[in-house]
Amino acid sequence: MKVTLDGVTKIFPPHSKKESPVTAVSNFNLEIPDGKLVALLGPSGCGKSTLLNIICGLESPTSGSVLFDQNDVTKLPPEKRGVGMVFQNYALYPHMSARKNILFPLGNLKGKAKLTKEEKNRRMLDAARIVQIENLLERKPGNMSGGQQQRVAIARALVKYPGILLLDEPLSNLDARLRLETREEIRRIQKNTGITTVFVTHDQEEAMSISDIIVLMKKGVFQQSGKPQNVYDNPANLFVAKFLGTPAINVFKGKIENAKVFIGDEPVADVPGCENRDVYVGIRPEGLIPDKNGPLTCSFKSIDVLGRDYMIVASHGAAETSVIRAITDSENKIEDNPETVRFSFKKNKFFVFDAKTEERIYLG
Amino acid sequence: MKKFGLKAWLYLLPAILFLVVFMVYPLIDVVIYSFEEGFTTTSQTATGVGIGNFSTVLRDPYFIQALKNTFVLVAITVPVSTGLALLISLGLSSIKKLREFFQTVYFLPYVTNTLAVGLVFMMLFNKNESSGSVGMINTFIRFFGGPTIDFINGPYWAKMLVLCLYTVWIVLPFKILILTSALASVKKDYYNAAKVDGTSKFRTFTHITLPMISPMLFYLFITGFIGAFKAYSDAVALFGTKLNEAGMNTIVGYVYDKLYGDSGGYPSYASAAALILFFIILTITVINLIVRNKLTYKGGGGRA
Ligand SMILES: Nc1ncnc2c1ncn2[C@@H]1O[C@H](COP(=O)(O)OP(=O)(O)O)[C@@H](O)[C@H]1O
Ligand SMILES: [Mg+2]
Repeated sequence: MKVTLDGVTKIFPPHSKKESPVTAVSNFNLEIPDGKLVALLGPSGCGKSTLLNIICGLESPTSGSVLFDQNDVTKLPPEKRGVGMVFQNYALYPHMSARKNILFPLGNLKGKAKLTKEEKNRRMLDAARIVQIENLLERKPGNMSGGQQQRVAIARALVKYPGILLLDEPLSNLDARLRLETREEIRRIQKNTGITTVFVTHDQEEAMSISDIIVLMKKGVFQQSGKPQNVYDNPANLFVAKFLGTPAINVFKGKIENAKVFIGDEPVADVPGCENRDVYVGIRPEGLIPDKNGPLTCSFKSIDVLGRDYMIVASHGAAETSVIRAITDSENKIEDNPETVRFSFKKNKFFVFDAKTEERIYLG
Repeated sequence: MKKFGLKAWLYLLPAILFLVVFMVYPLIDVVIYSFEEGFTTTSQTATGVGIGNFSTVLRDPYFIQALKNTFVLVAITVPVSTGLALLISLGLSSIKKLREFFQTVYFLPYVTNTLAVGLVFMMLFNKNESSGSVGMINTFIRFFGGPTIDFINGPYWAKMLVLCLYTVWIVLPFKILILTSALASVKKDYYNAAKVDGTSKFRTFTHITLPMISPMLFYLFITGFIGAFKAYSDAVALFGTKLNEAGMNTIVGYVYDKLYGDSGGYPSYASAAALILFFIILTITVINLIVRNKLTYKGGGGRA
């Protein structure tokens, strides 16, 4: 099922007179294509859960509308929308076994939709098979690991054949190893079922690694969406550039004068067609190449070997952070413990952003 | 390690001494008294040792009456008060406005003196035609053309009704307090999950809310049973101290009467009655615990 968000805004009224209303989501427009795995990405508190709850119907938008395919579902209560939801803490009923948890949604079907006992069991077992927990069905949530609970929660969401599967921070309660495994699992389940899936995360690596489309938001406002690699290569603004990638992009304060961009006092590149103004220059760690004749001079700090590649840690007076990082392969050797190290830039890894609007004005 | 243990015992000593003097010793004394036959406060000597006290007490019609009253009280007030408290708590947790106000209102009886409440009940249920002070309930009955009923000195069922109402009224606030907090502790996500799955209100209540608060419900049942078996002051507040004559005595009331009442001076009979009560409460509590372990979900959420 395709999901369309049209100018969705959510303003929470203040709890007391001292507080002011909170705009959790602001004029959000988005189209989620059928059958895709979409990651909703942004820092904590930016309104991701609120947006997910609006899609599922637990919250209603202050203004704007939600469409499933062509149907306006804005006013529809959650149970009429046919969505499956996996909550951040799974919300498995602790007094029920995995089997009963998965069967629970089917027990709500009434009238024509009512299922026979055999049919219910068949669907429950199917769902359990998809998430590979057939051998855990008699266990209660308290006796399962986080990863197992999460699978049960996904099975419970899948068992009623939802048109859309929504997952709120599905991996945040898992330890690092399990998180890697489980995100592949979510990818596999989504591929096998072909169900339109939206999952919320604040972890950019997670979002980049498994989703077809990532959607970035900041303080309730849509920033950019697209295929992970495209967004990474073409960040629309400084926030997106900073949010994606580990190690993070290096950001310098600079200015444009006479179609040249300066970092500090050094002219580092030509930016044809750009007006004079203050800017931020963003350079991806893999875009900094050690080069004796490069335009950017930094103070050398240390060097770390990362297997095939190595990372140069340096500093620069105009940099926003205390250190800047360059990742490069071993062909670009530098001498041992130099005072300074100079860099040139790799194509498409060098961005210039307007200092005021933070919009990208140049890609080099 | 050893030194530390000694120190710990030293700290505990005052409490232990206190417990031994005021709890352990009297308890043993009660058991001894109950098996000493023919002992009275005037004679101060026993004629023998045996179970005579128990058989006398068990054949005493006043004891049988007290036993019956206590069981009726327990059987009616425990389920009624717990059920009512649950209904009120559900109501309280579903309203937003004035919730704190109502919580305070429902809690007021808890901090009100039982005797004062008893006086109010007596006034409400009064039927003293000669003095002209007809209570509100009887005025009400009369208004609808019914015959007035003497709830305080009249038929057994009327008196029992008032006693039960009174007891429910007294125990309700505490139960509401416990249950509203139990309801509030059920995580909202469970309800949201149920809502997304289209669960009806009724099924949400029976399949999610009830199991989740069942430990608290059972706690209230167990303490409610124990409390009701030990009832005494409630009956005194309504019917005065001559409970045997009123036919409204309870087991604890009987124990008191055998010690200090008009039929008093028989600590052996009182001790025997007290021991019988102890074993009744023990049995019921053990049954309760067995049922609880079978029925309730024992907490412990997930682990990551
Ligand atoms: N029920 C609510 N009442 C008031 N404010 C809320 C409510 N739910 C969320 N918010 C606020 O809305 C903002 C977005 O919250 P949320 O959607 O939970 O963010 P995220 O899931 O991205 O961490 C936060 O500032 C939060 O405090
Ligand atoms: Mg959230």
